[in-house]
Amino acid sequence: MREIQSSSRRRITIAIMALGGQGGGVLADWIIAMAGRENYIAQGTSVPGVAQRTGATIYYIELFPKSDRPPVLALSPMPGDIDILIAAELMEAGRAILRGFVDRRRTTLIASTHRIYAISEKSAMGDGIANSEHVLRSATERARKFIGFDMEQVADRIGTMISPVLFGALAASGALPFRRESFEAAIRDSGIAVDVNLKGFAAGLAGESGISLSSPVIPSGPTTPAGRRLHARILAELPQPAHALAIEGVRRLFDYQDAAYADLYLDRLRAIAAADGADGGRALTSEAARYLALWMSYEDTIRVADLKTRASRITRVHAEVRALPEQVVHVTEFMHPRLQEVCDTMPAWVGRRIRDSKTFSTLLSPLFRNGRHVASTKLGWFVFLRFIAGLRRWRRGTLRFQEEQARIEAWLALVCDAAKSDGVAALELVLSQRLVKGYGETFARGLRNFDRILAAYRQVRTRPDCPALLRELREAALKDEEGRALSGAMTQLGLMVDAA
Amino acid sequence: MAERSFKAEVEKLRLGAGADFGGEGILAVTKALLQAGVAYVGGYQGSPISHLMDVFSDANELLQESGVHFEASASEAAAAAMLAASVNYPLRGAVVWKSVVGTNVASDALSNVASGGVKGGALIIIGEDYGEGSSIMQERTHAFAMKSQIWLLDPRPNLTTIVDMVERGFELSEASNTPVMLELRVRTCHLQGHFTAKDNVRPSFTVSDALNAPVRDIDRIVLPPASFLHEVEKVEKRWPAAQRFIREFGLNEFLGAEGGEVGIIVQGGLYNTLNRALELSGLSDEFGNSRLPIYVLNVTYPLIPEEVQAFCLGKSAVLIVEEGQPEFIEHELNTLIRRVDGQTRVVGKAVLPRAGEYTGPVLRSGIEKFLKEFSPGTPMFSSHESPPADAQLVAEVPQRPPGFCTGCPERPIFTAMKMVQRELGDFHVSSDIGCNLFSILPPFNIGNTTMGYGLSSAGASAFKAAPGGKRAIAVMGDGGFWHNGLTSGFGNAVFNQDDNVVIVVDNGYSAATGGQDLLSSTADNLFRSTRNPIEKALRGVGVDWIKPLTRTYDVPAMRATLKEALTTPTMGPKVIVAQSECMLTKQRRIRPQIRKAIKAGKRVVHERFGVDPDTCTGDHSCIRLSGCPSLSVKPSTDPLRTDPVAHVDNSCVGCGLCGEISHAAVLCPSFYRAQIVTNPTWADRIGGGMRTFLIGLLQHRAERALARRAY
Repeated sequence: MREIQSSSRRRITIAIMALGGQGGGVLADWIIAMAGRENYIAQGTSVPGVAQRTGATIYYIELFPKSDRPPVLALSPMPGDIDILIAAELMEAGRAILRGFVDRRRTTLIASTHRIYAISEKSAMGDGIANSEHVLRSATERARKFIGFDMEQVADRIGTMISPVLFGALAASGALPFRRESFEAAIRDSGIAVDVNLKGFAAGLAGESGISLSSPVIPSGPTTPAGRRLHARILAELPQPAHALAIEGVRRLFDYQDAAYADLYLDRLRAIAAADGADGGRALTSEAARYLALWMSYEDTIRVADLKTRASRITRVHAEVRALPEQVVHVTEFMHPRLQEVCDTMPAWVGRRIRDSKTFSTLLSPLFRNGRHVASTKLGWFVFLRFIAGLRRWRRGTLRFQEEQARIEAWLALVCDAAKSDGVAALELVLSQRLVKGYGETFARGLRNFDRILAAYRQVRTRPDCPALLRELREAALKDEEGRALSGAMTQLGLMVDAA
Repeated sequence: MAERSFKAEVEKLRLGAGADFGGEGILAVTKALLQAGVAYVGGYQGSPISHLMDVFSDANELLQESGVHFEASASEAAAAAMLAASVNYPLRGAVVWKSVVGTNVASDALSNVASGGVKGGALIIIGEDYGEGSSIMQERTHAFAMKSQIWLLDPRPNLTTIVDMVERGFELSEASNTPVMLELRVRTCHLQGHFTAKDNVRPSFTVSDALNAPVRDIDRIVLPPASFLHEVEKVEKRWPAAQRFIREFGLNEFLGAEGGEVGIIVQGGLYNTLNRALELSGLSDEFGNSRLPIYVLNVTYPLIPEEVQAFCLGKSAVLIVEEGQPEFIEHELNTLIRRVDGQTRVVGKAVLPRAGEYTGPVLRSGIEKFLKEFSPGTPMFSSHESPPADAQLVAEVPQRPPGFCTGCPERPIFTAMKMVQRELGDFHVSSDIGCNLFSILPPFNIGNTTMGYGLSSAGASAFKAAPGGKRAIAVMGDGGFWHNGLTSGFGNAVFNQDDNVVIVVDNGYSAATGGQDLLSSTADNLFRSTRNPIEKALRGVGVDWIKPLTRTYDVPAMRATLKEALTTPTMGPKVIVAQSECMLTKQRRIRPQIRKAIKAGKRVVHERFGVDPDTCTGDHSCIRLSGCPSLSVKPSTDPLRTDPVAHVDNSCVGCGLCGEISHAAVLCPSFYRAQIVTNPTWADRIGGGMRTFLIGLLQHRAERALARRAY
């Protein structure tokens, strides 16, 4: 006997998947209250426990038209038996699908498509963000009806929680045989933040985010004679696939230093392009355009001081903290320049002298042991930061500049050399630059791992699987901060673990 | 101040006969206790019955009016010992806790009260934390009921039956002089439904009546020879009395079809799930009209041989739906049928899984297997093949382990520990129960074992450091401290000359269970004595090395103190008392105050943090040292950078940890703190205006220079 859709089925089953603090409980309460008003028996339950603390929670509701005999209602959702699945976040919709709660014949899926990243996604050393595409596709394919849009954005715009927007989307879905007035009455009767919740409900009912997906910003062209000259150089000297990233690189280095520095960037890139065989689709040149620009615009104190004091930055901070025009905002920076960074910003010979001298280091280190609270919206600190930013003119003479340029040159030489025999390995060497980023300890760790990979390359360069090995090592370097995975991978490959 | 307030709901407890009561399961239980004339209640909070304690607390005035004594017990053992009041006097008493852990703690007192027996009804309400959403080891309370001979009620999960069983439970207890347990599963505790109320009944005899006319009966005290008499009394008097009562009042139910070659016996609490599974198989309907006979055990211990035999004999097989293991009921059923030489097959774990929650799909597949073998002619819908798991989806949907809340004061403690471990190497860390246990999960990954509430210090007591060797670290919350830790942990450590380090997290509440007050809470509480400092208690048991830190967010201080504790030559237990208020509760406390102040036009400063996306390089070291829900990532808008950048969302409460971390760990200069002044004064405005103007001028100049040398 095959299962058939029972036409006598009277119950309506609703599951809500939400994260702690999203108001899933409030939404469940509204549904239960509304059902009572519509002459339905409503039974709701949930599994909170530790899930309340940032974990995922499931609320489950069964509705039944009032009858003389009491129905037997279930306390937990059953795969294939859910009429309405509400997910307050995209991956929670994915989880619902995985648990079998979304049925092609039965389930109306209402989900906000925004993301709240899980700790595994956030704490990855590189890019740990899960791909949303597949979840969205599954939602479309597996639900009887799928209503999905970024409800968090809507809620945010209105200044409410996501729950009323979901409630509105539920009303819009038509999956419940209730009138709009009953939905609104449920919100009103709860008596909490009624106006704003009704607004959120209306927006959810309208079923649109009200914000059109912004089309990708088309970068502006050159604005100065020097800019136009370099733009022409890019077009003339570099393969077409690398143009977009090279333009970004040039733009950044103008901003970072000056036209001459951007020229140097293009000189270096041209050397790579010359070594780049066309068979790789010019990926080597494109990626080098990216990573070379990032490395050449390494974040030193001068750069940080500059970025922190720009007008656009203050505007951004005000927007981000949602300051109203009538509010006054003070901004404090958390800076921790150690003696190392101070030496980095000095003329190379002075910096090196102090850094390498035990006496100086012992004497001066205590001055830079503690982090500084820099009140960048106060005039004194602002002027000081502008002064540091103004050291840009003398950046070429600083210790850090000289050291970074030497590293860059060595890296490029290795890449060009590799490209002659193995273009793919050369690309891997370029991509390894991704490890060199950040400040202080983070930068030191990244550089250490990067050096180890370059050293490893020298040991495996003749092996046919060299590119794959380099990729494996790079991925291992991004596994943990202590470098255990990288050491492990190197030992496994029979490589000397120490870069030196 | 508890996490959730039931002040409004508590009014429902006053409803009179005939009124429709709508609300949560635990509220219904409270109402049922009042209807049953309970004289005293007590208990200890913990999911899934925390809210029951919160309801009691919020109903304190009503309870006092009604002559009911309520106690927020120090532990489950204290709560169980309260039942002593029902031994000599006709007092109905109820206690409540999370099980099986609470029952473990209570078991000493439980054995005593069960041995001597009770005169007044004694009801133990158990939140059985088993299956999905559970936070504890998966064991059955059933074993305790059997070994101490306490009757176990497991009512069908609808409010009418539950409320009815509370009243019947008292009557059963009195009829058989035995304490009774009422088991509520996780979802049942949070169940929202309806029942028809009765009038509340004032206890006819109160605790003060008892004190004014003390009664002593040496036969009720557990000491030879009475203890031997108790055992005899249990089997010869109390057991038969209970069985008689259960049969007479029909506590168990026979539902569904009559007769037939097969039937199902089910624990009451699983009945609704069973019916849904049967319905989807085409064997029942939405009203429970099952085509198979069902024997519902609303009392799962003791069994009633006459009922069992009447149901089973004549059937070729019965399916016993019994969640968890060992399968005590299945064993007992087999014995009962064997004793009368019945030939009915008792099938349980043979077709159902031995472990894990009995959800709808699990039951459905078990029923299918059972019927295929023992009643192959039964027409039923076959459960449709579940589509194969989508491997890509499995890989992409991330797990969401629980973690510390936004701005939690416990987070910086583990940030400091992580940093100390980077310096001094890894340590053996003994964890406790409570929010602090989240340290074992990402991003901290700190903690080796947890042995129970307040037992972290004792859990490290076997480790005695060699001279100059590493010490063990234990972490304990204030909840654990007062529950058990003071004696089992610190008394033990002082007496045995432990040399370990213990961090006591003093956040002012029993936070993990919902923010209930404790002895050391700093809040005012009309009904309890608070403000008893932990440090004073520690000194009292003889701990000398105590370092209180009054701001856990001070990472450098926390780090330095921890390092000192780990390296000081001083012997004996070293205790750091880390004090900052639970942020969840604090926010709930101060938010209305802030709203009020803003409305009144007062100057209010609030802080929050942010990250500059153009200086963040996307390494996420900060996240690995924090894990704060408000510190997240977002895709980089920089066309060159591929890694997502850190981002602080609007839920930030400005606790300050982000800044502390970037300083202490020398991370990066991307964090900023914004102080936002609402209702600024004239001085604020003039100062702000001048600064904005002057800075604007400088910025304007710089912008022009930048434009000149731009691309």
